[in-house]
Amino acid sequence: MFYSIDLTIAWALLLAFSVFVYVVLDGFDLGIGILYPFFREKSDRDIMMNSVAPVWDGNETWLVLGGGGLFAAFPMAYAIIMPAVYPPIIAMLLALIFRGVAFEYRWRANSRLSKRAWDAAFIGGSVTAALAQGIILGAFLQGIEVEGRAYAGGWWDWLTPFSILCGVAVVAGYAFLGACWLNMKLEGEIQHRVRIMARGFFVATIIGIAAVSLATPFLGAGYAARWFDWPQIALTAPVPILIAGIALLLFRTLFHPERDRLPFILGLVLFALCFLGLGISIWPLAVPQEITLWEAAAPAKSQLFMFVGAIVLVPIILGYTAYAYWVFRGKLDPEKGYH
Amino acid sequence: MDTFLGFDAVMLARMQFGFTVAFHFIFPAVSIGLASFLAVLNGLFLWTKDEAYLRLFKYWLKIFAITFAMGVVSGITMSYQFGTNWSVFSDIAGPVIGPLMAYEVLTAFFLEAGFLGIMIFGRDKVGPGLHMFACLMVAVGTAISATWILSVNSWMQTPQGFAVAENGQFVPEDWWAIIFNPSFPYRLAHTLTAAYLTTAFIVGGVGAWHLLRGQRENPGVRTMFSMAMWMAAIVAPVQIFLGDAHGLNTLEHQPAKVMAMEGHFESHPDGAPLYLFGIPDQEAQELKYAVGIPKLSSLILKHHLDAPLDGLDTIPRDEQPPVAVVFWSFRVMVGIGFAMLGIGMWSLWARFRKRLFEAPWLHRAALVMGPSGLVAVIAGWITTEVGRQPYVVYGALRTAEAHSPLGASAVGASLIAFVVIYFVIFGAGVAYILKLMHHAPALGERGVRVEPGPIRTAGVTPQNQMRESGHDIAPETP
Repeated sequence: MFYSIDLTIAWALLLAFSVFVYVVLDGFDLGIGILYPFFREKSDRDIMMNSVAPVWDGNETWLVLGGGGLFAAFPMAYAIIMPAVYPPIIAMLLALIFRGVAFEYRWRANSRLSKRAWDAAFIGGSVTAALAQGIILGAFLQGIEVEGRAYAGGWWDWLTPFSILCGVAVVAGYAFLGACWLNMKLEGEIQHRVRIMARGFFVATIIGIAAVSLATPFLGAGYAARWFDWPQIALTAPVPILIAGIALLLFRTLFHPERDRLPFILGLVLFALCFLGLGISIWPLAVPQEITLWEAAAPAKSQLFMFVGAIVLVPIILGYTAYAYWVFRGKLDPEKGYH
Repeated sequence: MDTFLGFDAVMLARMQFGFTVAFHFIFPAVSIGLASFLAVLNGLFLWTKDEAYLRLFKYWLKIFAITFAMGVVSGITMSYQFGTNWSVFSDIAGPVIGPLMAYEVLTAFFLEAGFLGIMIFGRDKVGPGLHMFACLMVAVGTAISATWILSVNSWMQTPQGFAVAENGQFVPEDWWAIIFNPSFPYRLAHTLTAAYLTTAFIVGGVGAWHLLRGQRENPGVRTMFSMAMWMAAIVAPVQIFLGDAHGLNTLEHQPAKVMAMEGHFESHPDGAPLYLFGIPDQEAQELKYAVGIPKLSSLILKHHLDAPLDGLDTIPRDEQPPVAVVFWSFRVMVGIGFAMLGIGMWSLWARFRKRLFEAPWLHRAALVMGPSGLVAVIAGWITTEVGRQPYVVYGALRTAEAHSPLGASAVGASLIAFVVIYFVIFGAGVAYILKLMHHAPALGERGVRVEPGPIRTAGVTPQNQMRESGHDIAPETP
């Protein structure tokens, strides 16, 4: 029996990892769509889109792994959460369709009007997907009503001021990551502009992080206890302190014209720390505030069968994903699209 | 009961799943075939250095890129719909099918997506060897993906290797038995072959279009039409053989589905007829206006003219699938299959007479048959899925007991959103693909991401620059 408990934790960590990879990878590429309205020149928009064109569908595959992994390792949690956040999930899926096809259609459209329409689809899809993901996070944190093995709430329960706050925070955070990515990939005048934008979205992101962090303990007694009770506080206290430290460092690098890569790397660290904070809040629940990971876990035989494969395959996937990024590394030449 | 426009939540959820999966299915069916076609073209180009293959590679790569993007985004939807609309099914069957789908993501989706960027944009960056490797990985990835998802689908048709736990969940007992369930090898072979055949007819249809429009001397057009017709001639008969084997397997494990396919309401103790036409009336339990060939069904299914065959009168009414849908979708699929065989044979005759590129009626027929594979694939899929009803996991879990606790209005609203948005988005995509197909593959075919206007690529010779410019002014032989 004890090895099944270990597997459940292992799966929770692996799923958390794939959701984190999704959030940072698709985060910057959704962020580019969110930043699109601030760049009106067609050539600027072309190069922004080209900076993620070779990697975007790999990025979204992590979302499929998150959903598929939850289905496989915690089928009961998957079966409860999905109906609970039905409208934002459907909105996210449809939004991802709009922005995904824009990557290809934008280059096939030859009238000005249809080009603008696919630009609008890219912007609208990116903003909506980011907002919906934040709302889903918020709805999940604030708790889901469960009866037996099924969702028992209504189909608007997800909509609260807290979930909207989370949605807005995620939009700001993704825009910030997108700006950091572009700061790394572009040069010249446009890089100067994205760096200024990165500062604005950085401030918005920090405000978002602070607001969500302050609101979370009021959502339920469990959250406050996990953060503030002795002795956990010795382990949890460093997280907000580290976030503050990274934030200060980030703020300084954003004013340093020589720093092209550092803001993006520090941005990833910032997201990782926030993710760790969320993990502390939720642990060890699979569906707040009702179902623990162990209650929702698939039988050990299911988890073990997948785990054997995942432990071999995930490092290989990370390897060739890194290779694909490495092939398309460095600054983009605005004179040369990809062929 | 809670309804939306007269439909209850279960029916709406079925419509939504059926609609989104049917739309999604079209894209992988094409991208499985195209990925392999592209890998072959790129390999032939590297081997022979014949420019026609590179031209075709770049031409079909643009179409592949759009198809693949539509497949990815419509596929993300599928991985979440199990939970959003079929949460009870997800909870109960998740321990068995969830891991198989997770393996699909880990072994196939990442492989395809990881190497797709290099395949499309990376030829100059990684060199021909690694680029070829990337093309192969994408092709292999699409086939691996099909393997896993068809294993899942087959398990839902012929489930085995599991037990039912106290909490109602299906618990895996023997993974080998689950993955290699009885219908899996047949369904995999039949569906993969269908994907290759579908793509061959699309490629052949595009080739035929340009042959009819006076591009007979274009080596790209000749090559693609010839390759497609070889596929039609060789693979269509193989597919009919595989389909027959799959049917016999279905007879063994899901006899009610075969009864519906055949329109056999009544049992035939001494030889059942093969009905070619009829109007199934499930209320009256009879096939009206039936036109059939006596005893042929027994010959096909039992290899004996007088072999007895049970009919739907041996199946309780609440265990019968909707007969009319299964009966007709099956006939559409089989009819298209034989029409494909006809085109294949016709092309062999034309080739034998050395008139393959000078046979306008063959070209017209091939053009009409261009999209037929897509229709056949969807019809075949409807046959097998509707034929499984009223079960979602055959014999183990009923569809009516598997849906999410959602109101009809929630599902109805999302269904309308899916229908409207899919038609707009994928309609535009099809229009762009048709526009690409309308141009004949030209010397110095462009890649995926080159804007019209002068190409300012650094470090190419003037001659290459002319070849890459994509304008048809360059002579055929440099």
